[in-house]
Amino acid sequence: MCDCGNSKDMLVPQVGIITGITQETPDVKTFRVNAPDGGKLFEHMPGQCAMVCVPGVSEGMFSITSSPTNKEYQEFSIKKCGILTEQLHSLEVGDMVTVRGPYGNNFPVETEFKGKNLLFIAGGIGLAPLRSVINYCLDNRENYGRIDILYGSRSADDLVKLQEIQDVWMKAPNVNVYLTIDREQEGWDGHVGFVPTYLKEIGFKTDCIGIVCGPPIMIKFVLQGLKEMGFTDEQIYTTLELRMKCGIGKCGRCNIGSKFVCKDGPVFRFDQIDELPNEY
Amino acid sequence: MYKIAIKDINTLFSKIAGEQELILPVKKAGQYNFGVYEEGADTEGILTNKTVKSAKDAFFPQFETLYNVKKTITPADELENGEEASGTKIRTKLEVQMEELKDKDFVVFGMRGCDVKAVDVLDKVFLSDPVDNYYKARRDHSIIVALACHEPEESCFCTVFGIDPSDPKADVATWVVGEDLYWKPMTEKGTKLTESVKDILSDADEGAIEEEKANIKAIMDKLPNTKLSLEGWGQGKTDEKFNSEVWGKIYNPCLGCGTCTFVCPTCQCYDIKDYTTKDGIQRYRCWDSCMYSDFTLMAGGQNRTSQLQRFRQRFMHKLVYFPDRYDGMFSCVGCGRCVDKCPQSLNIIKVIKAFEKAEKGGAV
Repeated sequence: MCDCGNSKDMLVPQVGIITGITQETPDVKTFRVNAPDGGKLFEHMPGQCAMVCVPGVSEGMFSITSSPTNKEYQEFSIKKCGILTEQLHSLEVGDMVTVRGPYGNNFPVETEFKGKNLLFIAGGIGLAPLRSVINYCLDNRENYGRIDILYGSRSADDLVKLQEIQDVWMKAPNVNVYLTIDREQEGWDGHVGFVPTYLKEIGFKTDCIGIVCGPPIMIKFVLQGLKEMGFTDEQIYTTLELRMKCGIGKCGRCNIGSKFVCKDGPVFRFDQIDELPNEY
Repeated sequence: MYKIAIKDINTLFSKIAGEQELILPVKKAGQYNFGVYEEGADTEGILTNKTVKSAKDAFFPQFETLYNVKKTITPADELENGEEASGTKIRTKLEVQMEELKDKDFVVFGMRGCDVKAVDVLDKVFLSDPVDNYYKARRDHSIIVALACHEPEESCFCTVFGIDPSDPKADVATWVVGEDLYWKPMTEKGTKLTESVKDILSDADEGAIEEEKANIKAIMDKLPNTKLSLEGWGQGKTDEKFNSEVWGKIYNPCLGCGTCTFVCPTCQCYDIKDYTTKDGIQRYRCWDSCMYSDFTLMAGGQNRTSQLQRFRQRFMHKLVYFPDRYDGMFSCVGCGRCVDKCPQSLNIIKVIKAFEKAEKGGAV
């Protein structure tokens, strides 16, 4: 619930200041946001989202890519692909935005994931919501088993958070990172090929929970691949993304069946998605 | 039970409006719609005619400001000596000021049984966690004076949804009986309002409204759509209804104009937008419609990209998804406004009938 001085309402945002911007890829920037008095605007759990707004332009729902274990600030990794995101990309350190949230449910890091092996599969900007989960698990390493991370992008230049992947994730205990890019590229000696194909090539065991996020077409083929490998629907989690305005299950946009993705999601297990009308 | 002569009804309205805002059907450009009562208004016909739009605006206005944002840009050459926040020099400063919530009581007169039930539907949405404070403030301050339907119209079918138009449930219920309007407080709020106008009401015998109730029921019985069956709709019907071929056969005339959603007393989808003024940025919410192609459109091109999908969504929401989410309650009250106003004569009655026909094996 946001405190805006004279009253509290879930539709009224707080003001946040941009204290850092990292150019991740040609079209993705990560924005570090703080409360004006320092610290975080609010607490969140991995997978939750927030509405970020450039007043006078528009407001949009973005996953919070930093982990709750980061006590200093929150981060949003945002790909430039529309009117709002273009405006966001034009902002600089010292500019304020409005933020409201956190909204939605979260990955069950404290329940179903605990003590389990985890397999993260991400494509492109789909890494943003998973990064929050991965860093949460790494910061509470003793609570989780083996962690496998399969991440792919169009090109080597489009891999988000590559520095952190190489410096932190690849060096963490009992963590295996598999990177891939869609097409051959000069200077890239890693794997080349689409994520779903690489997934089958590696051939992960089914002794883990699969957590998938990426473009819809990738999710579709990854799911198919996981099922061929013997994974059940109850073993696979993903996030849904639909247009949102209110964030609190009332404005009607992200309604699928009796669910509102902003409030009942964005995190769903595949058996839960199977029960929804096929309209996402 | 009290009564007042209908010829003196403006005295009653004046008295109420003297103490708080009064919203009631107002005749404008030949149409009746809910609006604010003004002294000397022409109230002829407001006790019998159905309003084009419902009373939804009184609780969930078509436009309302949520908050204002003041934006201050620090010139580049002043940045160094400028204000700091979280250890960072502020380039663009934003200040958010929430709009004042409704804080005065108001009376809505003339809502019918269907409109009153529609407020129950809106309550499910806006008062469920997290509560919408803008809506809640209006609900807390509203006093509803309902009116039994003296002349139900051909498009009416509220009884299908279990509503009794002869006996509306509100803070005060009223009935047209001969030359009089009968007045019965039903709640604490209603009793308080009644006390404030008691000197212009006279005592009445409750028995007098029984004939009016019987008349209303008799009219409803003869109306063409009141025998509609909701069997096969409601909770747990998503798979069966969503995947039906019937949608593809009936949606085509839909123009996607959204008229049905705007006249509907229960449609509550909204948009939140910006309006830039000379003093800053006003962030407001306004009604929106699931019938519009850009309602759900995202940069990636999804979802519900065809009118068939959007048409199906509206009726599935009212007859299946809403009951699924809110204890079986339908999000339609049978007011018949969409039946009156759809330019293509396509409406919820046609949808229900088409499914009934298909399920009995008939051609749609």
